[in-house]
Amino acid sequence: MTFIPISPHERDEMLATVGVKSLDDLFDAVPKKHRFPKLNLPPALTEMEAAAHLSDMASSNENVQQDLVSFLGAGAYNHYVPSVIDHMLRRGEFYTAYTPYQPEISQGTLQAVFEFQSLMANLTGMDVSNASHYDGATATAEAINLAYAQYRGKRTRIVVSPALHPQYRDVIDTYTQGMGVETVGDEETNLTLSPESLSSYIDDNTMIVIVQYPDFLGRIFDYKKLIDDAHAKGALVCVVANPTALLMLKTPADMGADIVVGEAQPFGIPMWYGGPYLGFFTTKKSYVHKMAGRLVGETIDVRGQRSYVLTLTAREQHIKRERATSNICTNQGLLALAASIYMSVLGKQGLSEVANLCYQKAHYAANELSKLKGFKLFSSEPFFHEFTLQCPKPASEVNQYLLDHGILGGYDLGNDYPELKNHLLIAVTEMNSKDEIDALVEVLKEM
Amino acid sequence: MATIIEPTIFELSSAGRRGVRMPASDVPVVDSLPQHLLRSELPLPEIAEVDVVRHYVNLSKLNYSVDSGFYPLGSCTMKYNPKINEDTCRYPGFLFSHPLQPIETVQGNLALMYELQEWLKEISGFAGVTLQPAAGAHGEYTGVLMMAAYHKLRGDSKRIKMLIPDAAHGTNPASVGMMGMQVVTIPSDDRGNVDLKALEAACDDTVVGMMLTNPNTLGMFDENVEKVISLIHGCGGLMYGDGANLNALLGIVRPGDLGFDVMHFNLHKTFSVPHGGGGPGCGPVGVSKTLLDFLPTPLVGILEEGNDEEAPFYGFVTPPNSIGRMKAFHGHFGGGMVRAYTYIAMHGPDGLKDIAQYAVLNANYLQAKVRGHYKIPFDRICMHEFVAEGRFEGSDVRALDVSKRLMDYGFHPPTNYFPLIVPEALMIEPTETENKDTLDKFADALIKIAEEAKTQPELLHNAPSTTKFGRMDEVKAARELVLCCWLPENVELN
Repeated sequence: MTFIPISPHERDEMLATVGVKSLDDLFDAVPKKHRFPKLNLPPALTEMEAAAHLSDMASSNENVQQDLVSFLGAGAYNHYVPSVIDHMLRRGEFYTAYTPYQPEISQGTLQAVFEFQSLMANLTGMDVSNASHYDGATATAEAINLAYAQYRGKRTRIVVSPALHPQYRDVIDTYTQGMGVETVGDEETNLTLSPESLSSYIDDNTMIVIVQYPDFLGRIFDYKKLIDDAHAKGALVCVVANPTALLMLKTPADMGADIVVGEAQPFGIPMWYGGPYLGFFTTKKSYVHKMAGRLVGETIDVRGQRSYVLTLTAREQHIKRERATSNICTNQGLLALAASIYMSVLGKQGLSEVANLCYQKAHYAANELSKLKGFKLFSSEPFFHEFTLQCPKPASEVNQYLLDHGILGGYDLGNDYPELKNHLLIAVTEMNSKDEIDALVEVLKEM
Repeated sequence: MATIIEPTIFELSSAGRRGVRMPASDVPVVDSLPQHLLRSELPLPEIAEVDVVRHYVNLSKLNYSVDSGFYPLGSCTMKYNPKINEDTCRYPGFLFSHPLQPIETVQGNLALMYELQEWLKEISGFAGVTLQPAAGAHGEYTGVLMMAAYHKLRGDSKRIKMLIPDAAHGTNPASVGMMGMQVVTIPSDDRGNVDLKALEAACDDTVVGMMLTNPNTLGMFDENVEKVISLIHGCGGLMYGDGANLNALLGIVRPGDLGFDVMHFNLHKTFSVPHGGGGPGCGPVGVSKTLLDFLPTPLVGILEEGNDEEAPFYGFVTPPNSIGRMKAFHGHFGGGMVRAYTYIAMHGPDGLKDIAQYAVLNANYLQAKVRGHYKIPFDRICMHEFVAEGRFEGSDVRALDVSKRLMDYGFHPPTNYFPLIVPEALMIEPTETENKDTLDKFADALIKIAEEAKTQPELLHNAPSTTKFGRMDEVKAARELVLCCWLPENVELN
């Protein structure tokens, strides 16, 4: 009866109204031999006990705020989350509401999503944004669904950069296994070539080309030439972008991208051991009818007040069923709100400061680390806040040594690229002080 | 010109205003990137912190929520979201752990995930559980992928049809559509069960399986569920259970015991994870032994057994015929799994059974109170929800009008026009966390509205009138398609 507000007396009155004798009598339709199983679960804890138990579990982790100094990124980043965000997210009016199906009493959520769409479109330079996807990886997979729908299944080739996040490539493989399509281009041998080398894979059967910006190894490429080549063959191009980097870098829209997706966790969402995060999806207005996910549009109510509604719902599963553009229903509403508040409360100047700090500190770290004997940068391409460092021994050994000194090292690229087993992907954000960076350099010097 | 109730964040912006500031850089300055790699402008708002706070507080006040009132949205299980969950999921050890940390540094997270997998297995009667899917529809897609992979591994390539009852959630056929399979719709009989004759006729060696919501969207427990499952298994198909309505079954019956092969859970319905105005959800999937080897990767397993002194050592494992990865990292850990874990820990076996019993009692009580005032097309003991018809003889009032009028009485409306097989459907799910007074008041409002429908239908047609906003022009929204506070240029639609 933990959260049930019905007294025994009321229960009996209600049972009488229903016309049954006991609660158990409500379940006669359930096959008798399987009815009322005895569940082997631990006995109920009170709130006080549950809080203590969960606190113990949380404390047995080593976290990057209290226990470890972190230089780990690879798709999830340690950024400062302004206090305002959680105060707003904890308002029950936001977090205990459902998807805004009844617009008259859901304008708070609807306007917040509309503003999120506007903020993301302005950030990426694209025309439109949807209300969100589960994460950056599934948003990338949905870009393929858009392209597939655009060519009505008649084009079946997907060209993927080998420097797209390995887990995103895994998700693409999962999502496309029933589609009868082929994925090409992501061989490790292409890793050191320029992005234009992917052009040789693009043919008249190619529906979409997918690249990451900055790429998984941290490199910044201008994809304009590749995008032009893709367009010449009629293929769409999806750029998977880091939103923090977009605060500084030329927009994918400026390079001609058709779809810009990515992971907006860096915008005010805790690392939370991997989720929930926030996939964003922006595109050109001409593809809006093929785009999956929820969309909020502006309108007026009967009293002439500006207001917002879910729109173009005819694309969605509850109307179109098996012909829907996607099966997505619940998405990441509350986290879209978090990202909106992040962009609002830091604002144009605060956000530029975040980007600049990431850039400056990462470059300081790269400069200092590459001075160490046996260490050097893997690439001379420009980078933003993440870079690939060649080490004198396997990255796994380097990381173990760092962990022994309280440092969470970079991402071991040997996990995904056998030829890079001596390489670490190092992320530096505004959260890393000069002292921390110096400590990293010092520990590695003594290794 | 439309009246503006709350300006947009862009309209509140004024050049030069500052919100939260970042510290000065403590490292030597390096050259910036070459100009051709930089963006020319950053068109984002400039606002002071206090104005940001007021903006979002003002917006929040335009929402109806579980914390403010009764929210009987059918099939959505809008139960109370315990506040302790909001604390536990924000403990620093959870909040500040990186998904790619070495496993020896995150044993607390892994223990929680492992135990939650085990608990969900015990609650549902399944042999294995993945916590990775992000939401119910994502879990469905995971399940359908596993069903396809199972047949494929057996070389059974003829199977292309998925049987789906006409009462199913739209996500079921949409998930199947994503796989390029054919949907075969199976009608319901006059008691709200799957029509066995129609099902029997559809069962052959081209059937992938069936997706069944049980209790179904009429709120009915299928009285022939075991027969349905044996027909599907008899033709070599697999049985998918849509777990959206699991709230009615906790401690009552385990879908795995009934013979289901695969089912998704909605932790954001059954296990009190808040809905967040549209997510994030959390959609774990349970499977029988048949599909155990096909679960997505990675799962949490025990790498070294523990003993009296030491806890087990947890890590990740990959099933031999895994369909692969459904999303980056490990699923909705913080916002989903920690909250659900807290909730289950605070209930235990008896508490879980209470949830189902009282959810079903509340629904039957409401059904009994409104019977005679609204037509109830499938009128028998319901489970956690029931469906009434929002139409009245001699009146042009529709279900939508009833729903809008409920807002005037201070309630969130039920789900409208679903399931599709009931005309003018009002699908009502009170959940177990409502008291008798609330249910009485809601029933009284529904009864009053039924009278108004006959005597003063304009009250319903013009509703809501007491809310801050009236009905919206949805046609204008779709036709003009204004999707951003401003658009770069008006681009022609193709």
